[in-house]
Amino acid sequence: MLLSSLGEKKMKYWRKPLDADKVKVPHGKVRIIKDRCKGCGFCVEYCPRDVLELTDEFNIKGYHFPHAKNEEACVNCGLCELVCPEFAIYNIPAEELEEKDDQG
Amino acid sequence: MNEKHPMDYLLREDRIPHIWCPGCGLGSSVSCFIMALEDSGLDLNKVVVVSGIGCTGRVAGYINLDSFHTTHGRAIPFATGLALANPELKVVVYSGDGDLIAIGGNHLIHAARRNINMTVICVNNFLYGMTGGQVGPTTPLYAKATTSPYGNFERPFNLVYLAAASGAVYVARWTALHLRRLTKSMTEALQKKGFSFIEIISPCPTSYARRNRLGDGLDQMKFYHDNSIIRHGADPKEADIGFQTKIVVGKFIDVERPDYHTFLTEGLAKVVGERK
Amino acid sequence: MIKDREILTGEHFMNGDFACAEGAIAAGCRFFAGYPITPASEIAERISERFPEVDGIYIQMEDELGSMAAILGASWAGVKSMTCTSGPGFSLMQENIGLGAMTETPCVVVNMQRGGPSTGLPTVLGQQDMMQARWGSHGDYEIIALSPSSPQELFDFTIKAFNLSEMYRVPALVMGDEVVGHMSEKVVIPPKEEIEVYPRRKYTGPAEEYLPYKPDEDLVPQMVAAGEGYRIHVTGLTHDEKGYPVVDAEAQKKLVPRLVNKIRKNAEKIIEIEETNTEDAEVIVLSYGISARTSFRAIELAEKEGIKVGMVKLITVWPFPEKRVYQLASKVAGFVVPEINCGQIVYEVERCVKGKTKVTLVSHPGGHIHDPRDIFQAIRNILK
Repeated sequence: MLLSSLGEKKMKYWRKPLDADKVKVPHGKVRIIKDRCKGCGFCVEYCPRDVLELTDEFNIKGYHFPHAKNEEACVNCGLCELVCPEFAIYNIPAEELEEKDDQG
Repeated sequence: MNEKHPMDYLLREDRIPHIWCPGCGLGSSVSCFIMALEDSGLDLNKVVVVSGIGCTGRVAGYINLDSFHTTHGRAIPFATGLALANPELKVVVYSGDGDLIAIGGNHLIHAARRNINMTVICVNNFLYGMTGGQVGPTTPLYAKATTSPYGNFERPFNLVYLAAASGAVYVARWTALHLRRLTKSMTEALQKKGFSFIEIISPCPTSYARRNRLGDGLDQMKFYHDNSIIRHGADPKEADIGFQTKIVVGKFIDVERPDYHTFLTEGLAKVVGERK
Repeated sequence: MIKDREILTGEHFMNGDFACAEGAIAAGCRFFAGYPITPASEIAERISERFPEVDGIYIQMEDELGSMAAILGASWAGVKSMTCTSGPGFSLMQENIGLGAMTETPCVVVNMQRGGPSTGLPTVLGQQDMMQARWGSHGDYEIIALSPSSPQELFDFTIKAFNLSEMYRVPALVMGDEVVGHMSEKVVIPPKEEIEVYPRRKYTGPAEEYLPYKPDEDLVPQMVAAGEGYRIHVTGLTHDEKGYPVVDAEAQKKLVPRLVNKIRKNAEKIIEIEETNTEDAEVIVLSYGISARTSFRAIELAEKEGIKVGMVKLITVWPFPEKRVYQLASKVAGFVVPEINCGQIVYEVERCVKGKTKVTLVSHPGGHIHDPRDIFQAIRNILK
């Protein structure tokens, strides 16, 4: 099921699991291939953590593409990758990115 | 655009961007399909995609598998030839409602009746998108199209009922926004032997939404998703779709029946004798 | 276990439709999709009975649209495939014959012609689809069509059709008719080693270097099958050498003339005709199929009167032997063209003789073979 209805606002009503301090929440980074985007807004709308918003900039095709306004919140769920009709956005685990960066 | 996307290895990425409009659900359905191909565990060199003509008909051209873009309405019989001539193949027909249900409707019911080993993915946008938005056999009653400017007065087909009644062994319906569930259904269908059928309700912002004043692709996507009722095992007969009504989605049918090739070979072996 | 019954070597008394089915099996056909229609149903009946013995797949489709599409699909699965039909079904197959031409898919279509138009004369003959064979599908393309005049030729030409279809990667048509299909005669099936079968032009190199529509020197590209790991894309849209759709004038210019030229430039290798006494002939009868057989009787009658008559019997009707007809045109007083239609191949003869000699049509609207005396009279009239 979609997590669309579980936006930040609703999360405050959640019960906190007893082992919450031991559970490691996955953390992700958003990768955007901006020139593939056609600005449909699916990813912005359906990101369960409200990470994305459309920029004011135009891409090569003249569309506003998304950027991560709030990347710390990304839990690497991959929903944006699945919903994007243009194969223009995806997540990678934050650790993997750090490793990549290390390798230059 | 040199940056790679994790799904690129299953796309003919030199052909991306695709021709589909902003807000169209087809691309999302293809993402799910790619995920399902991964999840299915199938040998992807043995998976073949066959499409007919239309917007969805272009899927074959974007998927990096053996793929065939055939004539209007004839994807299923073409796929029948592939599937029977080489039973090792997993043949997927990926096409639209106009292609599969109108001009190709006869092939659909017969392939289901025979239980040919293929998965049919029918993306239903309620009209003929590529040719400019003409009315079709799936257009809901009273919906407007370029050739039903005063509304449609033909009762549409209920596709899941049609497929089930014709003998499909697996029948599901999702909207293009039921990403995880759709992916799961596609995976199940790919793994299933016999005729499986998945209908995907998908927005057409350019033709359907605009003419019927339903907003953009996102609005339409949201509407379909919010108005769908998940009811696994529901009677497909009760799953009619009206104009902007509730949409019953879920897995309707999942039964076992030997596929045609298996049934034929085993039957012939009994009558004519085993060869070699 | 049943014994190998692939090629039924020996002498048989067999009808043309059965001989056609045996020819297909001998040529390696292992997939058949069809729809019942008089007078071609016996081919399907024979195939459905024989295929289990040779591991072939027979399927009776829901219509001829589906039959034609299915044999294209089977061919891309790497299996030689065939369908058979008659006029109304042949009309329904045209769109996918075009797809076959565009995607360069080897396959064989047998048309046992009956009288038309429309439902016409379901149970009796005609030769009225000869131009449809050439021009039936929309757009520019060339095709190969053979015309058998006996059950033996139905056996032989069906094999020939498979070979030509594989060689040039184009649908090949066997244009029989009701009489040839339904008559029973002696059919000699040679031993397997004497039957020449042309294999598929397969590409076996590395996948990353493969261009599915890059032609060899003779303009024909090499083929692979689905499931072999090449990840090909095949489309009925105008495409480039990769097989990807390119919808513009430049791509069209590169593709369509090649599809046409791979037949036209190889025409001399494809064309087969049977000439009898053409060297010193005064008049030449040019005919094909069952009408060619009737013509031999007319020629006997003329020869009794001392008229020197040559015969050109077309084995391949398409491509048409235009060079040979032109050569002969300057040597003879005229051509007589008997055919069971209101004039089709006669126009082709007229085109090829370029006004150098007379051309007379001996027409028959269908339902019966010619009276040889009508052909004889036409031969006489040329010399008047």
